[in-house]
Amino acid sequence: MTRIINRQPAPLGRLVLATLPFILLALVYLLASDARLAENPSDKLLPSMQSFVEAINRMAFEPSRRTGEYLLWVDTWASIKRLFTGVGISAAIALLIGVANGMIPYARAPLSPLVRALSLVPPMAILPILFIVFGLGELSKVMLIIIGITPIMIRDLQLRTDALPEEQLIKAQTLGANSWQLILRVVLPQLLPRLIEAVRLTLGSAWLFLIAAEAIASTEGLGYRIFLVRRYLSMDVILPYVLWITLLAFITDYLLQLLSKKAYPWYHAQLGEK
Amino acid sequence: MSEIPSIQPIIEARQLWKEYGEQVVLERINLKVMPGEFVSIVGASGCGKTTFLNLLLGTQQATRGELLLDGQALDPEPSPERGIVFQKYSVFPHMTALENVMLADEFAQSALFGRVWGSARKALGKKAMAMLERVGLGHAASRYPSELSGGMQQRLAIAQALMKQPRILLLDEPFGALDPGIRKDMHGLIQQLWQEQQLTIFMITHDLQEGFKLGSRLWVFDKVRHDPQQPERFGAQVTFDLPLASEGAKQAAAEQLQQVSNPTTISKEQQHDLSNAV
Repeated sequence: MTRIINRQPAPLGRLVLATLPFILLALVYLLASDARLAENPSDKLLPSMQSFVEAINRMAFEPSRRTGEYLLWVDTWASIKRLFTGVGISAAIALLIGVANGMIPYARAPLSPLVRALSLVPPMAILPILFIVFGLGELSKVMLIIIGITPIMIRDLQLRTDALPEEQLIKAQTLGANSWQLILRVVLPQLLPRLIEAVRLTLGSAWLFLIAAEAIASTEGLGYRIFLVRRYLSMDVILPYVLWITLLAFITDYLLQLLSKKAYPWYHAQLGEK
Repeated sequence: MSEIPSIQPIIEARQLWKEYGEQVVLERINLKVMPGEFVSIVGASGCGKTTFLNLLLGTQQATRGELLLDGQALDPEPSPERGIVFQKYSVFPHMTALENVMLADEFAQSALFGRVWGSARKALGKKAMAMLERVGLGHAASRYPSELSGGMQQRLAIAQALMKQPRILLLDEPFGALDPGIRKDMHGLIQQLWQEQQLTIFMITHDLQEGFKLGSRLWVFDKVRHDPQQPERFGAQVTFDLPLASEGAKQAAAEQLQQVSNPTTISKEQQHDLSNAV
């Protein structure tokens, strides 16, 4: 008999197997929700599909009675703006310091221990400091994301720089490159696809820090809304918001992957070789 | 490059020693190499041939003694007088074949960006294309290294190194990872380039037969003195320095090598290969 490690599902079977857990989860939810609602029609813990539709309609397609804004879109825009600003700034800093640490021993000597120490500080523990120093505005939320993910990205890019074959660096020097030219033409272009990978891996943490900051001090944003309606046990709003955040995260990740494949075909060809 | 009298060696080692702490790797290396020689370097693993190449390349420095290029001490870091082709990783994966070959000229022309545009780029492209055609890669100019076979990548690495017209060309087991058929093609190419461009080449190889076939001179690195209690106490020297320039010389060299009894340097199998080669 063929070993189980050597048996492959057919394409259709693969699709069925992939969707099955989701269908099962939905089914379990519907059954549980029905059972609870049969017992107590005003139960709020597991709302019915209909309440979800109504809640989504209310949040996304009707203006809020108090402010006249479409709350879901206002929240989404606010969160996305903070997230992308934070991640963008982090990526730029990480690329700069990561490459400097990887290539220039005199940059690495003072910076590397510092980055290492900073990466061990729990970002949530210094959130109050951020609020005190930067106020309760946008800056402190973006700063939390930056402080949360930059050290990890720097260390990642430093390792990636170290991992470039020594042979390439020697070759570039024999072709007459000075240090700057070598970094600009040989190192940086090879690190860009790796930077995209680092961003993809840290996006989850970035969302975590964003929602934490929004939950504590904010007036709009996806995290803010979830924590606000929690007071009314509004599961019919919280669950769609969570799904929406997941979807946004998925789309961002997918787009980054697509960008990497389009812009750096040589990188993906190289990965395929191994 | 000023005019260099032909009697002056291009590379000269004087009482060269290399030690790592207690461990002696190379000792008392005294050699002279004339312009236009093709030196094949063989020896057992760990006998210091790679260390010697690194000294020539400038990635490592001698502990004692002198290593001279055209009578001057070598730069203590890799520089354009010394071209290098490694067994792997000596081309840039993020550039097409043409861009790989253009890079040296781009470095020379633009200190700030390491890149040129417009008509200057066109001119460099033309020059690089001629070099690519010389190594037989004209049809693959726009391909990335990952789309090239192992042999083509080595052709590219050689083309790239030759753009700087280096005084010496260092080959570190350049054909070690290639299939036998491709290897043979590469042998033809490197010999052709050596003669056309009057290169001075140092080639490390595991394959004695290859070293015999290509070189005009053969060095065997090995330890002369052994201390069983302290094997690191003594370093390797060049135990054989054989001219291979003519068929007669090759014959003589092969006979001399076949009398070697030390199996770490040259195995019986290799001796057999050798008699076939000559």
